[in-house]
Amino acid sequence: MTMIGMIAVIIYLVISPLIACLISGVDRVVTARMQGRKGPKLMQPWYDIVKLFAKEATSVNDMQKILVMAHCFFAIFSGAVFFAGGDILLVLFALTMAEVFLVLAAYSVNAAYSELGAQRELLQMMAYEPMTLLTAVGFYLSTGSFKVEDIIKTDIPLIIKMPGFFIGFCFILVIKMRKSPFDLATSHHAHQEVIKGLTGDLSGPVYGFSELAELYEEVLMLGIVGLFFVTSDPLSLAGAAAAIIIVMFCMSLTDNIFPRVKWEGMLKAAWIVTFFAGGANLVVLSLLNR
Amino acid sequence: MRISKSPWLLHYDGSSCNGCDIEVLAATTPRFDVERFGIINTGNPRHADIFLCTGGVNSQNKDVVRQIYDQMPDPKVVLACGICACDGGIFKDCYNIMGGTDTVIPVDVYVPGCAVRPEALIDGVVKALKLLDEKAEKMKRGEYKSLTSAEYEAARRQDAAEEKNNA
Repeated sequence: MTMIGMIAVIIYLVISPLIACLISGVDRVVTARMQGRKGPKLMQPWYDIVKLFAKEATSVNDMQKILVMAHCFFAIFSGAVFFAGGDILLVLFALTMAEVFLVLAAYSVNAAYSELGAQRELLQMMAYEPMTLLTAVGFYLSTGSFKVEDIIKTDIPLIIKMPGFFIGFCFILVIKMRKSPFDLATSHHAHQEVIKGLTGDLSGPVYGFSELAELYEEVLMLGIVGLFFVTSDPLSLAGAAAAIIIVMFCMSLTDNIFPRVKWEGMLKAAWIVTFFAGGANLVVLSLLNR
Repeated sequence: MRISKSPWLLHYDGSSCNGCDIEVLAATTPRFDVERFGIINTGNPRHADIFLCTGGVNSQNKDVVRQIYDQMPDPKVVLACGICACDGGIFKDCYNIMGGTDTVIPVDVYVPGCAVRPEALIDGVVKALKLLDEKAEKMKRGEYKSLTSAEYEAARRQDAAEEKNNA
């Protein structure tokens, strides 16, 4: 690991929760404004998470606590590997592992809503996993390496070579950031069909840890969006930041335009987009590489 | 940071005529934008800080109310919304009605009205927020643990027995 990688990891570990809270805070305010409301305070997600850690520590069983901790650990680990310039495949597999731990935590409590939530989380993973893996393959085909530190040494922004992958990735980002569909287990919408499903039986600090993991995950996902724009020129970081802001805004907009997408729709749409946007780009890149 | 900056609500209808429920739900719709105050209507007792209970408690759902209350992690505040939740109201003498919410779980704030007025409801929630902060403060010092519904039931029985003896 290089010196810069080390510093990036430390920065990631320390300020990610704050940045992610700020991003989701802005997102909540923007969403509220789109709906003609004033919306919460900017740092509302931060207040929420601090409150959760101040609450009484209860859990249904010990297994649940351990599994949620493991979820949080692997979510942070995958982000750390990414910002250290590690292998993007390792990042994505560790992230999947983190999700699996959360699903196991939900199954461990043996409650109806948790179980239903866990099933929907698995469906959700089924919807977005192909695209995340394809994205990693796309990075490999365009740069010849799976390592983030090599990928960022490119001379032209990768978005030029990988527009299809970018569209596909942004599409699944809406699912991954728990925006849409609204009936997913832990969707951010005030929807109560499965009573928060997956996280339904987590409370207080244990729930806080799962929220914390989500914040780290959010920064990682936006980091991958940035990877499409970063080049060997340090100035490109500003471009990447601008791209991330635009992507976040488009996500809020999509979420507000399609507030009633259901999980069946998600599964179909995600795979169709993966197949056409990701698949076509993959074919073109393979042909170019020959 | 004060815990009242992020109060998450849970609403349960005991056995009200739905008048209070409509008022409570209307107050949490986007039109009134309670998200301004960080309030989220959760629908999940394990995530909730404030329990809004409307209508009297009847003999069929008393265990539901108890379970909801017990599943909420400390610090928590219970609001009895509307006169039926306060003392049984117009349904007080019905054969199946236990009485107000405080016949099964401890209530912190009583908000009267038939149906409860939004102004009164907001006033009640503001009181509840202050209580929530106080409880959180005490909890930090290790001086506070709320009663479980079973402990509350036992205390009520004891009080009733003492009253009988005194009479």
